[in-house]
Amino acid sequence: MARGGRPPGSASPGGTPRRGPEERPAPKRLERMRGAAAAAVAAGGARCRAMARRAGRLPAPPGPFRPEFWRSPIRGPWLTSVFGLVLLIGIPLLFVTGLLSYASYNPGLSPFNDETPDKGVLGFYLFSWPTHPYWLYRVLQGVHVTLGVVLVPVVLAKLWSVIPKLFEWLPVRSVAHGLERLSLLMLVGGVIFEFVTGILNIQLYYVFPGSFYRLHFYGAWVFIAAFVVHVSLRLGRMTRALRSRSLGAELRTGLAHTLPEPPDPDGLVPAAPAAPTMTRRGALGMVGVGSLLLLVVTAGQSIGGRLRATALLAPHNRNPGSGPNAFQINKTAAAVGVTPQLVGTDWRLGIHGRGPGLVLTREQLLAMLQHTAALPIACVEGWSTEDQHWSGLRLADLAALAGMPDAGSVLVESVQPPGPFTKVVLRGNQIRDPRSLLALRVNGADLSLDHGYPARVIVPANPGVNNTKWVGRLTFRA
Amino acid sequence: MARFVRWYGSGPLHLLVLIASFALTGYAMVRLFAVQPLAVAIWFVGAAILHDLILLPLYSLADLSALSVLRHRSAGGPTVPWINHLRVPAFLSGLLLLVWFPLVFRLAAPYPGDTGLSDTIYLGRWLAITGALFAASAAAFALRLRRARRAGRGDESRPVTDHGSTP
Repeated sequence: MARGGRPPGSASPGGTPRRGPEERPAPKRLERMRGAAAAAVAAGGARCRAMARRAGRLPAPPGPFRPEFWRSPIRGPWLTSVFGLVLLIGIPLLFVTGLLSYASYNPGLSPFNDETPDKGVLGFYLFSWPTHPYWLYRVLQGVHVTLGVVLVPVVLAKLWSVIPKLFEWLPVRSVAHGLERLSLLMLVGGVIFEFVTGILNIQLYYVFPGSFYRLHFYGAWVFIAAFVVHVSLRLGRMTRALRSRSLGAELRTGLAHTLPEPPDPDGLVPAAPAAPTMTRRGALGMVGVGSLLLLVVTAGQSIGGRLRATALLAPHNRNPGSGPNAFQINKTAAAVGVTPQLVGTDWRLGIHGRGPGLVLTREQLLAMLQHTAALPIACVEGWSTEDQHWSGLRLADLAALAGMPDAGSVLVESVQPPGPFTKVVLRGNQIRDPRSLLALRVNGADLSLDHGYPARVIVPANPGVNNTKWVGRLTFRA
Repeated sequence: MARFVRWYGSGPLHLLVLIASFALTGYAMVRLFAVQPLAVAIWFVGAAILHDLILLPLYSLADLSALSVLRHRSAGGPTVPWINHLRVPAFLSGLLLLVWFPLVFRLAAPYPGDTGLSDTIYLGRWLAITGALFAASAAAFALRLRRARRAGRGDESRPVTDHGSTP
């Protein structure tokens, strides 16, 4: 299995002669025809193999197809495997946090929550998203995005280390080899596609074709299918390569003693190595420092507090303005078309459930029993706020008011003009958590317009976009 | 079995794993390509091409050019390996730009309106980090150069080896 697409039985390239079907007695016509067809197939196969052999003897075209073209003396299976090992840990972590992030929207609950309603069996793992611990989504999405950014240099280094394989000659040596290379296109195309869509999306640079959710979710499945194949075909080779050299010894080796690895069957080790200009320690160090630098200029936007300012290049590295409402905004009121008139004195909250329904003013809501909760806002883009001190009405109390204390879900509708996530459905466990509020105030002040005045939802461990702002109507359902 | 291996090029398990994988790929791709299929395909395959046939050759070429242009610069006197003092800050600065270029070049039109934050700070910050990286690298290089000169004066007869710039 570990041979993964190398030409079979290279020791006997001619192939052993096979007994042709025409040697069999063929008394019946049908048998004769079948025999003739089989002979034709066998002859065709032999012709193909002969052709492939002839092509294999052709010299590679000049340039990158020649093994002498690639000269870095540190390229080789050991270095590739070190990067591979980091990705073997990092990529599954990215994939799992990504899947969980999708589950956190409760997409199975309502089409309003689901940006990929045609997911089919790819949503097999979905479950009711919990409200404990309250920081779950914040940590999950912070890890997903920050880890993705931090792994960029490792992915680049891994791709650099195997670039001679892209130009291997012959391009396709056998059916197995061809299929494996097709899978590698999915792997390389997939990993770059996922990193690019993710990194552009967190900077609100929406140049990719269509919905980010759709591209990033289905792209992840295309990628992971190829990733699993790649790992299962190369795991043995990776562990052997890692055992072939000691990391400690490699980190102590200076430039003068940086020699190429012994020739490998994959052709990563250069046939005509140049003199070394960088040790393996140096290469690993440069990639590691790259990851560290990206971590430093990014992580603060997810950690918050004093560290927010350290995220020098991250999108949410400063707080907007000052005062009780000066924490991160996903979309301002102006950006989504919420005007002061829409939420002025004419604003009313509709509460529906069993019975005729209620229509309440903000003053009436403020006159009811207020509760508090300290909860963060955390966004799919990876940034989050520290805990904010919200006060308002418990969703559970509002459900009881609507005559449905055991509501299985609630449809939350914003007064925001129609668009994605202007309607969202929350599940029963989210309604009943005592920290789930229809917040009217935050940090001791009225909500600002940008944070959802006159009323917004805040639910523990809920993705930011599901904490609907400018709420106009709650419909409790069984 | 031997006949299969000869025809296929690997063991049957290889084929089974690949077919299973392609089935999942196909299932996800039907959905990935459901909207704007051509544009998505261009992005998917283009991603691989952009990296393998443009980005990687470009940075390799830049590295080789730097090596060959500055190789013959040595005008006698003690030298120390220098290429990595250029490579490392250039790599780190380029990496930051590669990840954060939409903010640095203010390409994300919705950013200021959506977040209530200004995007004018990023170019200056990236340039400042780049400057700091190159300055730190230059300082380290100067330190090594001085040490090499001192060692050279201490022992005039011994030539100082030059690892970095030998071809």
